[in-house]
Amino acid sequence: MPDQTQSAPLLSVSGLTVSFKTERGTASAINGVDFDLKRGEVLCLLGESGSGKSVTLRALMRLLPERRSRIAGKVLLNGEDVYAVPERRMEKLRGKAISMVFQEPMLALDPVYTIGHQIAETIVRHEGIAFADAERRALDLLERVQIPSAKRRLKAYPHEMSGGMRQRAMIALALSCNPALLLADEPTTALDATVQMQILLLLRQLQAELDMAVILVTHDIGVAAETADRVAVMYAGRFVELGTARQVLKDPQHPYTAGLLASTVHGNMRGHALEAIPGAPPDLTNLPSGCAYAPRCPHADAHCTAAPPSETWLEPGRMARCVRARVPAAAPV
Amino acid sequence: MFAYILRRILYIVPIALGVTLLVFALVHIAPGDPLNAVVGPDAPAEVVEQLRRSYGFDQPLPVQYVIYLGHVLSGDLGQSVATGRPVIADLGRALGNTLILSVGAAIVGFTSGILLGALAGWHRGGFIDRLATLLTLIGVSVPHYWLGMVLVIVMAVELNLLPAMGMAPGGATGWGFTGAHLAHAVLPVLTMSVIPMGIVARSVRATVAEVLQQEFVQALRAKGLGRGPVLRHVVRNVAPTVVSVLGLQFGYLLGGSILIETVFSWPGTGFLLNEAIFKRDLPLLQGTILMLGLFFVLLNLLVDIAQAALDPRMRRS
Repeated sequence: MPDQTQSAPLLSVSGLTVSFKTERGTASAINGVDFDLKRGEVLCLLGESGSGKSVTLRALMRLLPERRSRIAGKVLLNGEDVYAVPERRMEKLRGKAISMVFQEPMLALDPVYTIGHQIAETIVRHEGIAFADAERRALDLLERVQIPSAKRRLKAYPHEMSGGMRQRAMIALALSCNPALLLADEPTTALDATVQMQILLLLRQLQAELDMAVILVTHDIGVAAETADRVAVMYAGRFVELGTARQVLKDPQHPYTAGLLASTVHGNMRGHALEAIPGAPPDLTNLPSGCAYAPRCPHADAHCTAAPPSETWLEPGRMARCVRARVPAAAPV
Repeated sequence: MFAYILRRILYIVPIALGVTLLVFALVHIAPGDPLNAVVGPDAPAEVVEQLRRSYGFDQPLPVQYVIYLGHVLSGDLGQSVATGRPVIADLGRALGNTLILSVGAAIVGFTSGILLGALAGWHRGGFIDRLATLLTLIGVSVPHYWLGMVLVIVMAVELNLLPAMGMAPGGATGWGFTGAHLAHAVLPVLTMSVIPMGIVARSVRATVAEVLQQEFVQALRAKGLGRGPVLRHVVRNVAPTVVSVLGLQFGYLLGGSILIETVFSWPGTGFLLNEAIFKRDLPLLQGTILMLGLFFVLLNLLVDIAQAALDPRMRRS
């Protein structure tokens, strides 16, 4: 791992591939993902829908349906091989060492149990304390995620809360056993713009307070810029670019990253026209043999369609998967 | 929750009144003069006229309805034209007999249906699912009077294992929890349980499969819950829908089955209805339909309350 800077990373992913059996054939959702994550580090996965961000998160927790998916590669969490330990052990890790905030809390919370019950249940599961004590902890957690009149909300059902409040409750649930790694799957997509910012600020604040590592999936470049230490851009199930948030967003090396930046509204773009990336994401059941982005890339040539480009490490921790990435300093746009 | 229950109970008053209105109208909707069943076609006109007055048919319809409602509320359902006995007594006995069959059929049909449906939904698309789907398809498609006759031929006539008809040896009609009585109930209960089994299994399968597809099931696994606790959440989410199906099915069972009770000579409500229809015994017919209708209304009330107790989202409206 060229970007390995410390001795023992919290999470180490190598050669991760995931494919699903579908009616139309085998869909290759993840096609080789490698990265390390340090304790307390925030990594943003950036990309369009269908680029494999959410699947990556679920693969890290071994949540994908085992019958319909083929998973290869290695996921080491705290040195434990996620795909080698028995399911029993995995259940103990989920929610405790690694936990997840889902995109749509209305769908991810059980509609017929109260918020308090759902949080307390998790604590009882992992710490074996009495339910009443766990409920008291749940109250602390709700206060910690700044839910107003938390005591009353403990007894509330998901449908009785607003979207922002539900997502706060979901975060409280995910944090209930002090996970070392929090996976957040587009946690603000389902929320109003004003609430989005509050939730992000909350996540960042909690991340710093608890010194958690976070993998945040988003398609919002602004979110990535605000929160991430490092950014990984995903396309067709691969990391096409990796680096610090500043490196990737200020000096994109992959044409796809550049296209994403040009097509999104973010800081200092007043006066510039928005550009759209032409075409559509590739069909995962029938990926092109060369670079998956080549059909949409303005710079594509014969090299690109010949074979998938390999990782080019520009400096430690800075990678782009593009044949043009060698060219130093020249911005590809 | 308490306010919800109170409101639900209030709602059934107009519904129950509607049922009485429909049942009352039955006399006038049914073709022919209701008195034809009481007196012969060649009775003198003045006798018919006198009867008409004594039955109150000369009064305006609204007045007739109010009088009828008054009788119903005081527990008087009139007398059977055919036997002269009070309807309520015959009806009570028949309802009791049908209750034996329907409770038995509910126990057999509901447990097997829930089990079958849950297994199929949990293993959706697998072998168990296909087997269960086949069984339930047969259950809902087989004509149950035919199944009843086949069971009689095989179990009673050929193998001589179980009695073919009646409630007790020698055509007695009382019920008791003796081996002989239970043996008489086996075949009709089995026959009657087949349809609810199929319907319950199908809806349980669909509901379980639907709940399992929801994201919160994955979220439950993501917080570290094992199979057992996840299953408990699934059951709680499936329960409201299943309860409503069970309530409805039990309502149908309580109505008795004209066909099954006729095949097995079981003196229940279905048998009674059959008799009332063929003899044009309007008071008996009215009483039976009214009672069954009110039972249905009551069952729906219970289902509504149970659903609200199980699903917090129901309590709002």
